[in-house]
Amino acid sequence: MMLASEAQVPSMPMNDAATRHAEPPEAIRASPPRWQDPLFEHTTRFFAVLVLTLLACIIVALTYAAAPAMEKFGLAFFVTDVWNPVTLKFGALAPIYGTLVTSAIALVIGVPLSFGIALFLTEMCPAVLKRPLGTAVELLAAIPSVIYGMWGLFVFAPFFADHVQPLLTDTLGRVWLIGALFQGAPTGIGMLAAGVILSVMIIPFIASVMRDVFEVVPPVLKESAYGLGCTTWEVVRNIVLPYTRVGVIGGVMLGLGRALGETMAVTFVIGNAYRIRTSLFEPGNSIASALANEFNEASDPVHRASLIALGLVLFVLTLVVLAASRWLIARLARAEGAKT
Amino acid sequence: MSGRGSGLYRRRLWINRINLAMSLATMAIGMLFLLWILVVLFRNGVSAISPKLFTQMTPPPGSAGGLLNAIYGSALIVATATLISTPIGILAGIYLAEYGRNSALAETARFINDILLSAPSIILGLFVYTVYVLYVGHFSGWAGSMALALIAIPVVVRTTENMLRLVPSSLREAAVALGAPMWKVILMVTLKAVRGGVITGVLLAVARISGETAPLLFTALNNQFWSTDMNAPMANLPVVIFQFAMSPFDDWKSLAWAAALLITLTVLILNILARTVFRQPSVR
Repeated sequence: MMLASEAQVPSMPMNDAATRHAEPPEAIRASPPRWQDPLFEHTTRFFAVLVLTLLACIIVALTYAAAPAMEKFGLAFFVTDVWNPVTLKFGALAPIYGTLVTSAIALVIGVPLSFGIALFLTEMCPAVLKRPLGTAVELLAAIPSVIYGMWGLFVFAPFFADHVQPLLTDTLGRVWLIGALFQGAPTGIGMLAAGVILSVMIIPFIASVMRDVFEVVPPVLKESAYGLGCTTWEVVRNIVLPYTRVGVIGGVMLGLGRALGETMAVTFVIGNAYRIRTSLFEPGNSIASALANEFNEASDPVHRASLIALGLVLFVLTLVVLAASRWLIARLARAEGAKT
Repeated sequence: MSGRGSGLYRRRLWINRINLAMSLATMAIGMLFLLWILVVLFRNGVSAISPKLFTQMTPPPGSAGGLLNAIYGSALIVATATLISTPIGILAGIYLAEYGRNSALAETARFINDILLSAPSIILGLFVYTVYVLYVGHFSGWAGSMALALIAIPVVVRTTENMLRLVPSSLREAAVALGAPMWKVILMVTLKAVRGGVITGVLLAVARISGETAPLLFTALNNQFWSTDMNAPMANLPVVIFQFAMSPFDDWKSLAWAAALLITLTVLILNILARTVFRQPSVR
């Protein structure tokens, strides 16, 4: 949808000119006074500027509120692996690590799944099923995060502990180097379970971007490849993917941005423990889950400022990822607009 | 190795089949997760639904009760957030589509809006906490509505702009040629032409914020009792789900499942309504 709209920009340049020429002569000018037009335009501009400044306001407000923690711990805050509300020693390393690891797991599992789904919806799906199946995938994004959390804690975690974790320990756990990631008691709660649930949650976002960009590939390119005798897979591999590479990466980044900030689902299953362990079966904490779990219990100003500083780290992290994502997707859309 | 050409061809066909089969499998996995979640939700939720949900307040630990105050609180907070965000979002969307277009201001606002669209909701809750809750000194329904409105605004801006851009220039030109001032052209011609699409955007925004939990933790918090005061902490379904599901009491857990079912049904119905009833026939 976004691609379509951005591609359409150049097609409507006439409007401004049309309004300027519409000034009627004094004698037949319509009765409403002329102040309404500027007023309306300025009102709409005011709200557009409001949206624009919101981002800066958030950064300023969070930085200001996080200042006490920064004053006390300095830059060491970001590289210290201690979180002790009793002695008021705080370091952000463990939650940052948890956020990055769970998001990485989500991408490793979620990207291939999303790619397969986008491929199915664009190249294989019968036309009748396209809409209902596309909507069904989007409904995965509509289910509230807290519902994923409940399902994760009460249904998925026990299943994961009984069936998946022992299997992983017996197979991947024996592989040299990565084996250490799959050791420990299969409790169903921990980084890996959080990552798997995150991967399901980001599928709709990545898949819908991929589907959109796959659909902008000019049919004539694909048809000529088919004409040369390519199979569907070869067309996807050699025509569609190279053509849409930038947009696909943008979609993956969008999914990453979502995974980094996802709160409730992770809070339910990650285990809420401030530590860095090699095994993915161990409980951990992400920035978002730390905030959700602790913020309302934080009575000491330094504790609260430290949590807000964590939030600021998360916000800056997602901003960078999302800005990169938007830039990449827009770049593909612009290239597409320039060609047609 | 039979004929070299046919062997290669067969190999390519097999690779094709295997990859397409895997693609089919990923689709099946996606649907499986959706069904799994919905089935679990219905199984646990339906058995917990009773008339008491709608007549009694949330109970103290270990006893039975209902969700009346939470349902009312959620409805009030979401309705207020919608009332705040709809005009702001539509007006900003109008600026981007009708006035700003490709100006630097509009491009920047668009870029930032797209980022806010996917920004973590918990951060918006934290923001409202630092600028409002900390300032007035207590959690409140108003703060909850503000946080949710900040989440809804980018959604409304995005859909309003997208929809307005689909209106053909000839329609605007015809209205301007009749002597209508620009504000009338926009409000009574272009916006009216895409009314359905804009309503869809608002409905999707409502669906998005009705299930949001994280921002409410720092703003509206929760309230065990009946309260209609937007200036005090206010009960709401998502936070009730979070607190009750994490508790050790069976009564609370079953209430959490009932609340989860109510929220999900609301969100799914809003989504399907937005996609079917208000779909623009002329627009895509």
